Amino acid sequence: MQKVLVVDPERCTGCRLCEVVCSLHHEKTINPYRSRIRVVKWEGVGVYVPMVCQHCESPVCEAVCPMNAISRDPATGAVVINYDRCVGCRMCVLSCPLGGVSIDPKTRKVVKCDLCNGKPQCARFCATNALEFVEPTKADLMRRRAAVEKYSEIVRRLAI
Amino acid sequence: MVLKRKIAYVDLTKREVKVRDIPLEMRRLYLGGRGLDMYLLYNHVEKGVDPLSPDNVLLVSAGLLVGTPLAAGRTHVGGKSPLTGIVGSTNMGGFFAPELRLAGFDHLVIKGRAEKPTYLWVHDGQVEFMDASGLWGMKVFEAQEAIRKDLGDPDVKSMVIGPAGENLVRFANVMTGLKNSGGRTGMGCLMGSKRLKAIAAKGTMDLELKHPDEYLEYALELNQRMASSRWGRASGKWGTMVIWNYTNTWGGVRVRNFQANQLHHAELIEPQNIEKWSIGTAGCYGCVVHCRHRYVYSDPKYGTFYDEGPEYTSLGAFGAEVGCDRMEYVLVGNHLVNSLGLDTLETGSMIAWAIELYEKGIIDDRVTGGLKLEWGNPDLVFQLVEMIAYRKGIGDILADGPRPAIEKFGPESAYYCIQIKGMSNLHSDERPTPSLALNIATATRGSDHLRSRPAVDLYGLPVEVLEQLYEAKGLTSTWASYEGKAKMVVWQEKLYAVVDSLGICKYHTVFISATAPKWEEWVKLIYYATGLEFTKGELMEVGERIYNIERMFLVREGLSRKDDYLPERYYKEPCPTGLPIAKGRYIDRAEFDKMLDEYYDLHGWDRNGIPKPETLQRLGLDKEPSHKL
Repeated sequence: MQKVLVVDPERCTGCRLCEVVCSLHHEKTINPYRSRIRVVKWEGVGVYVPMVCQHCESPVCEAVCPMNAISRDPATGAVVINYDRCVGCRMCVLSCPLGGVSIDPKTRKVVKCDLCNGKPQCARFCATNALEFVEPTKADLMRRRAAVEKYSEIVRRLAI
Repeated sequence: MVLKRKIAYVDLTKREVKVRDIPLEMRRLYLGGRGLDMYLLYNHVEKGVDPLSPDNVLLVSAGLLVGTPLAAGRTHVGGKSPLTGIVGSTNMGGFFAPELRLAGFDHLVIKGRAEKPTYLWVHDGQVEFMDASGLWGMKVFEAQEAIRKDLGDPDVKSMVIGPAGENLVRFANVMTGLKNSGGRTGMGCLMGSKRLKAIAAKGTMDLELKHPDEYLEYALELNQRMASSRWGRASGKWGTMVIWNYTNTWGGVRVRNFQANQLHHAELIEPQNIEKWSIGTAGCYGCVVHCRHRYVYSDPKYGTFYDEGPEYTSLGAFGAEVGCDRMEYVLVGNHLVNSLGLDTLETGSMIAWAIELYEKGIIDDRVTGGLKLEWGNPDLVFQLVEMIAYRKGIGDILADGPRPAIEKFGPESAYYCIQIKGMSNLHSDERPTPSLALNIATATRGSDHLRSRPAVDLYGLPVEVLEQLYEAKGLTSTWASYEGKAKMVVWQEKLYAVVDSLGICKYHTVFISATAPKWEEWVKLIYYATGLEFTKGELMEVGERIYNIERMFLVREGLSRKDDYLPERYYKEPCPTGLPIAKGRYIDRAEFDKMLDEYYDLHGWDRNGIPKPETLQRLGLDKEPSHKL
């Protein structure tokens, strides 16, 4: 079964290791502005949300691309850019509701997560599993389990 | 490329900036971060310079591995300390140093004094002078948000001072984010004296590693090792507060200044109490340990606020030290020092000392302005914190730190002041532990655990394990012994000097955990990142060189053996409480002297604590100052 990259902001500690390893893996350099994933932070209230392409089932980027440069990689399930076709019009950057596509400040190309050919570095390095690369069935179960844990915790508190 | 990061010389008086390369030779000798900063300190600050004069320098730097996928985000800040008059050196986590590096710089050497409040704006190879008149008076996080607004960029990271730094409190912090603090030695005061409110940075420049793929895989291995270790998991859950719990259990914390070594009825202040208010933990740049709590607390007087921490030290400062025993008070106190930009350790120590002086009748209502100083009164403590930050009433005296305050309070007050070389001791009690006592007595930045503490000594590991770790014979398993402890201290000195120069957090090396990365791992990482090849022995020598140039700075300012002793109470008052291994123990002066002799011998210093000429020659320090940077 093809795995999915699951993001859980509640587990994110805001360390930005994902940004570092993403740019190091893809560009062989450390530069958060060249990373495919960014941790959006509200520092003053302690809220951190990793933002990365979710490889939508009906990708807006794919639909708006005038050059048909965006498609799904059947091997990994990742929505990827074919740079032989891409002209850099940035329609995908404009249209993605999640900010999943960005512009590389150095090459000026549009870039997005490609799931590292099925072995996403961000999930590999994430120590708190705020990013996990798992089968969809498991992703679903993880959510439910987390919700139940919260619920049972409330019950326990009320019981006291 | 990592080694291409530059050094900028900033003159605030003339508003000039000069940018230079950092010669490879200097990297081999000092790496970066604290190491190079200490070279710069020795070379740019002459003997006798008033720390608050424009001739003092403010040194800001990123270590050699900063920005790489490890807990490598430490910013080092140095200068001549306004608190102690010797080595000023402090180190903070957060996200500032990586941003400075991404903006093209590893080191800033800031001289002079700005005519009006200024902040520096560092971005992609440029350093600009910005008007900070509107920021003056702002609290720590407020100032950082205002800078982001001013520059129109929410990604900007800055290191700032709060009101305490502006008011030249001699133990004011430099801070980044809500709580990451360069707390010790008053570098915030130094910044304030230069009318420098902040340094803001944003960088988009590539940081290339020599062998990126190898670095990535090896970093993953080390990160997993740290994250899965017991120590890593404990600190990820409770933060550094976990140490307080353990230390209080055996009787190694300071209570009511120095009157007890164990807080009884500590249930309400123990780390697990944070759970009620914690919304999770946070990690500094690239760190898998994430030891910093994020908490929301509602206080009748201070309202509902979000803050981060608290650390071990705040459990002392707003807990045991001032006779309080509730997490709630610690959360408020922590928030106050974070907002005002004060060193939590020095603040707590100064307040606790003042309360004991009042209790003993050494200072009275005339000195306190009518304030009744007493133990276990959090409102009084919070009031004193604000009085220190704004230099009001008795706060104005306390704000000058131990030595000037002793002058004002009279000679009788000196005995009760728990300080070494002008800086207050950590809220720990080192009477039962000679190794830790030697560490704080000899530390180059004044009383300090993070220069050389062999915390591993507390675990009572088998001698064979210790001898393998410290590569020395004649060590002892019991912390009560004086045998071989100097060897452990000297080994830790070198290790911490190197780790501080790489920009890595001490939780990721042999500090609390005996199995954490050390020399072999750093040798490999330095090679993968830069291509520079060091043997383990060469790297240890770098650590030794850094420690020696710091000692040379102290010696040049007139310090020697006489300054390497503990506060009198360590010798005279046995520990009143604790487990059998702590209770009744004190430091034996003759044994301590023997340990000090051994320590100097190991260093190649004479028995007065002065580095011998052949030692300096061996380390290539005989021609300092050499003015190569």
